[in-house]
Amino acid sequence: MNLKLKDIVPQLITVIAVVLIFGFFTYNAQINMENRGIDFGYGFLSQESSFDVQFSLIEYDGSHSYFRAYLVGLLNTILVSVIGIIIATILGVIVGVARLSPNYLINKFAAFYVEFFRNIPLLLQIFFWYFAALRALPLPQDAEAIFGVFFLTIKGLYVPAFIWQNFSIFFYSLVAAVIAIIVIRIHAKKVQENQGKQIPVFFISLGLIFILPLLSFLIGGVKLSFEVPVLKQLATTSFIYEGGVSLPPELIALTLSLSLYTATFIAECVRAGIQGVGKGQKEAAASIGLTPNQVLKLVIMPQALRIIIPPTTNQYLNLTKNSSLAAAIAYPDLVLVFAGTALMQTGKAIEIVSITMFTYLTLSISISILMNWYNKRIAIQEK
Amino acid sequence: MSKINFLKPDRTNLNTFLYLGSFLFLISFLDVFFNSFFNLNLTGFLPNFLSFVLPLVLGFIGLYFIRIEYSGIKRLDLLNKHINTNNFNAVLSLLIIFVIIKSIPPILSWFVVDASFAGDSKDVCTGTGACWTYIKVWMRRFMYGMYPNAEQWRINLSFISLVLLGSIGYFATDKFKKYLTLYYVVIYPLIAFLFIFFFISGGPVFFDFSYGIIAAILSIIIGFFIPGRFKFYYFLIVPLALYIILKYFLFFEEYIELGKLDGLNWVETGAWGGLSLTFIISFFCLIFCFPIGMAFALGRRSDFPLIRYISVGFIEFWRGVPLITVLFMSAVMFPMFLPEDFFIDKLVRAIIAISLFEAAYVAEVIRGGLQALPRGQYEAAKSLGMGYWKMHIFVILPQALKLVIPGIANTFLALVKDTPLIFVVGLLEIVGMLNLAKTNPEWLGFAMEGYVFAAIIFWIICYAMSKYSYNLEQKYKTDR
Repeated sequence: MNLKLKDIVPQLITVIAVVLIFGFFTYNAQINMENRGIDFGYGFLSQESSFDVQFSLIEYDGSHSYFRAYLVGLLNTILVSVIGIIIATILGVIVGVARLSPNYLINKFAAFYVEFFRNIPLLLQIFFWYFAALRALPLPQDAEAIFGVFFLTIKGLYVPAFIWQNFSIFFYSLVAAVIAIIVIRIHAKKVQENQGKQIPVFFISLGLIFILPLLSFLIGGVKLSFEVPVLKQLATTSFIYEGGVSLPPELIALTLSLSLYTATFIAECVRAGIQGVGKGQKEAAASIGLTPNQVLKLVIMPQALRIIIPPTTNQYLNLTKNSSLAAAIAYPDLVLVFAGTALMQTGKAIEIVSITMFTYLTLSISISILMNWYNKRIAIQEK
Repeated sequence: MSKINFLKPDRTNLNTFLYLGSFLFLISFLDVFFNSFFNLNLTGFLPNFLSFVLPLVLGFIGLYFIRIEYSGIKRLDLLNKHINTNNFNAVLSLLIIFVIIKSIPPILSWFVVDASFAGDSKDVCTGTGACWTYIKVWMRRFMYGMYPNAEQWRINLSFISLVLLGSIGYFATDKFKKYLTLYYVVIYPLIAFLFIFFFISGGPVFFDFSYGIIAAILSIIIGFFIPGRFKFYYFLIVPLALYIILKYFLFFEEYIELGKLDGLNWVETGAWGGLSLTFIISFFCLIFCFPIGMAFALGRRSDFPLIRYISVGFIEFWRGVPLITVLFMSAVMFPMFLPEDFFIDKLVRAIIAISLFEAAYVAEVIRGGLQALPRGQYEAAKSLGMGYWKMHIFVILPQALKLVIPGIANTFLALVKDTPLIFVVGLLEIVGMLNLAKTNPEWLGFAMEGYVFAAIIFWIICYAMSKYSYNLEQKYKTDR
């Protein structure tokens, strides 16, 4: 053993300090809880919650448990994050590419968009959309239909609902298509590596993903109909839409502002990534006779993605964490439902805040593990 | 004149194509222009859809005609190169031009033409435009929160003095330049704290801090005569000991009325608010999060495994949770962790929470800079016989920090943009005040004006900061 005193002492001091701080906190917490007559424990999770939540993906009312309320909040958070990530990615990639356009107007337009939206606090944007912009929408009875089926009103967006018959067959056909595509991709890669032949994987995949589900409609007896929302009068001045799916204005405001805000950062990542690929790469690829499409697919994108993915992952994480701002406009996400209402009712501050934080920690760590795995897969394999 | 092929514009009939193309483009431009500015529909005789699409089609044909390579006319070539490279770009350019023309009149009329500026009651706001009277009436609240009107000069005076004191760096002569870091890192934050604590707050505990300052100054002066070997332990022990001696054994209070500021009312932090609170919070969090972040960045790269694990845990924890839950924690959970009679003001709690949160981000940014430095720098410093601290302070950190200026600036921008979140602990800075004002029954329905106003303010602050950081980056850029 070659342990020197010099090496041990600083570590020991740090550890003792950390232990002391935590010990101090727990000691105080114990005394405080004893004095106030609160007992520590997670037993409340199975108790009846007796509060309602406006918008929920799973069946929920006051008679369900606190744990169910937690799940409702968590699912709402995930819903907002997933929608936000999808829109932000699409928008961010478009704007990022537009930032590199040789067209002066498009370039400046994209730059304006980025500079404008990322320099305004997200919370302010959420408030703006929710309290100012969406409040200017018409009442349900005055709303005009968009394409005849969508109704954008002050009470939210009403979209037609899908009514499926034999949904499982459709689902299985979709799964089959996906599996077939994966098999073909692996096969195509093998063929290319062995024989140098290229199979048009993209078009085959596109065909598969359309044709198999289509077959399920034609042969499998799958039927799809739409339930269009219909205006219904409740009282003389109170109208409501029935049928279809209604998206609350909170959800719209939140996804809109989250994706508009995050898209600016993703756009910058995309721009940096594409710019980061050396010009020589493009020229070298062209000079060995690759077509412009192949240059993009085989040379530029793999290298650009390597630069783009790590910061973009960070942005996804940020978006997920920022979705907690939902609490400010009363969208029932995890923070509002659990750390807000449930905490008010039970008074279990330590338990609830720790569960909430732990949940976010798990969410972000799982996203980052997933992305690290993907990043490792596409990273340069140096010999 | 040679034969004209209208599908293939070329140089031989340059003028024909040029005139024709510009003419068509001009028509489409004018059509949209009149339509949007004077509400005149030149093509009203056509069916609705056609009248709507016509300018686009005309403009597209016009741009197609003038897309002639190497025309020899400089401006035309520039135009073609920038907005008219191919059909797709031409359509996009046209769309953007038309959207801009279409959106100018409504925006202009809302902001200026139809807006009301005069008066000081809601009655003047009858037009369709913005009601800037609302902003004017509520200006004090948006800037100072619930701070008493009669006392607001204290905030103004403090901020002006702090800005003046902060700008000393620009006027410092070379002789004093080397002390600037000390000034900005230690003395200036202390002055700022004193200003805010005693002046804005009207804090009651003046003596404690004057002892602190006396102890600090005394120990620094004595510190010059202490041999280098003991300096570290000296600064670890002596200032605190001096402070305790001064406070508990000398009883200055009984002899001198040291710096007692009569007549300043105490304003509790709950009444602070508005933009001034945004500045206060950003300022202090910025000061605190930087050294904490630096410490954890060094900790994460430390050779001691235990210190490394603790740093990693700290950083990953704060980076993994949203700020709003951190503030929740500081509001409802943190008081449970303190002794019962021990009370920390909620503003202080919020500042601590935000600082720790941002420190984790700063730590990651600085770690990036540390990792980017070539090993040779460490080895060179070590070979000169430098110890850990000397090596980091004089060799590693100056270079690493230079590298990460953009990252740090981004973190600080995020910090400024995060300040509105303190509504969670019940403090209302400018966005919070807007939400309060909007629910005032006398001023219902002006949410838009308020948010636009705040957005403009935040945009200016953040944009200026990002430009400043860009300048800094350019200034300290060293080719390596």
